[in-house]
Amino acid sequence: MSTRHVLLGLLAAGPCHGYDLKRQYDARFPQARPLAYGQVYTTLQRLVRDGLAAVDGTDSDGGPERTLYRSTDEGSRELALWTDQITAPAPFVTNEIFAKVVVSILVAAAGAPTGPDGRKPDAAAHLRAQRAAHMERMRELTALKTAPGADLSTVLSADYALAHLDADVRWMTTTTARIDTLTAEVNAA
Amino acid sequence: MSTREPRPSPESSALISAHGLRKSYGRTEALRGASLELREGEILAVAGASGSGKSTLLHCLSGIVRPDEGVVTYGGEQLGLLPEGRLGELRRSDFGVVFQFGQLIPELTALDNVAMPLLLAGMRRGPAQQQAGEWLERFGVRGQAELRPGEMSGGQSQRVALARALVTGPRVVFADEPTGALDTLAGEQVMTALVHTARESATAVLLITHDAQVAAYADREVVMSDGVLRSGSDDVVGQEAARREG
Ligand SMILES: Nc1ncnc2c1ncn2[C@@H]1O[C@H](COP(=O)(O)OP(=O)(O)O)[C@@H](O)[C@H]1O
Ligand SMILES: [Mg+2]
Repeated sequence: MSTRHVLLGLLAAGPCHGYDLKRQYDARFPQARPLAYGQVYTTLQRLVRDGLAAVDGTDSDGGPERTLYRSTDEGSRELALWTDQITAPAPFVTNEIFAKVVVSILVAAAGAPTGPDGRKPDAAAHLRAQRAAHMERMRELTALKTAPGADLSTVLSADYALAHLDADVRWMTTTTARIDTLTAEVNAA
Repeated sequence: MSTREPRPSPESSALISAHGLRKSYGRTEALRGASLELREGEILAVAGASGSGKSTLLHCLSGIVRPDEGVVTYGGEQLGLLPEGRLGELRRSDFGVVFQFGQLIPELTALDNVAMPLLLAGMRRGPAQQQAGEWLERFGVRGQAELRPGEMSGGQSQRVALARALVTGPRVVFADEPTGALDTLAGEQVMTALVHTARESATAVLLITHDAQVAAYADREVVMSDGVLRSGSDDVVGQEAARREG
């Protein structure tokens, strides 16, 4: 995710200081990793350097002085360019689950016993357990988005995560079926 | 982080338990030793490929089909030992069933379809229709009250069927792909209503679905594969690894 564009987007609502930007970011993207303060300030400094944001004075609110930032015209143009641009679908989708399953199948096919207790990697059992872990997470997300008073950004981000986990589960289901067919063929031969 | 109701603990009593169910249709073995427990008030999802035996399982658990082998116990009573009359009574009073295919009475309006189980239980027409209307509302199909099944979309019929399954306040609902004809948002509305109702009245739900996003509304999931049920936690090694890494 482009942190600088998201911060520019948050600044579009009016001047804000770093601490508040971090808070808003974490609230809008609850499923994302919380933003580190350090990252907020480096990003703001770069935005200022590039003329996309500017310092808008300070506000102390009784406590320590805090620098306020605002977006510039250039910043608004940059933001519009970003939001208008279609994101390229990822050319390769790969992750750890995929790698583990492929390697398990390879190792099983090679007939090499592995593991501390001499167990062979069992791709089908692995997929079942992975499905259970995915389902557990999907139940949590479903509870989160259906909780009374869940706000729109929580619902949208839970939907997004659910759709992606769902895609994983579908792939796991198909792969389990393919492995079953493959095993049946090997056993029949 | 979970805001769900606490999940029934493994010790809480089983409302329905099935052990070693086998059922064949000719040479097709639909169930090959399926076992499961449904606890009081629990929402249990049953996933699995098409043809794996999910609907057959539902028919056996709800006493509609007698398994060739194995035992189904409901509230301490073995369904297989009950006389037909008592079984019929149970099905009317304690069970609500949503079938996968065609189930509404074609000649009746949606409202009368939902009111029917109440009329059968001896309720008068006025109050029965009033209650039926409230259930249609809950599932977002009040506007279709006067339509006959032939005049409704697949998704609307499914919602009417759910309303009919719940109208008598059953202790357990068996729902076979109840969101199969719904898009994601309509499915979400139906599942929210179903889960809300189940939680409110501690109704147990056996939910058959091939959709993981629908299964995620349940407390727990089991997967049917070639007539046998497994839960992901059977594969304990992987589970522990996932927990360590997570
Ligand atoms: N009434 C029936 N007569 C003949 N075969 C049946 C009948 N019901 C189910 N089957 C067969 O039993 C197997 C399991 O079916 P079913 O329980 O409907 O699976 P699922 O609901 O998981 O798709 C399938 O091969 C199906 O063709
Ligand atoms: Mg079926």
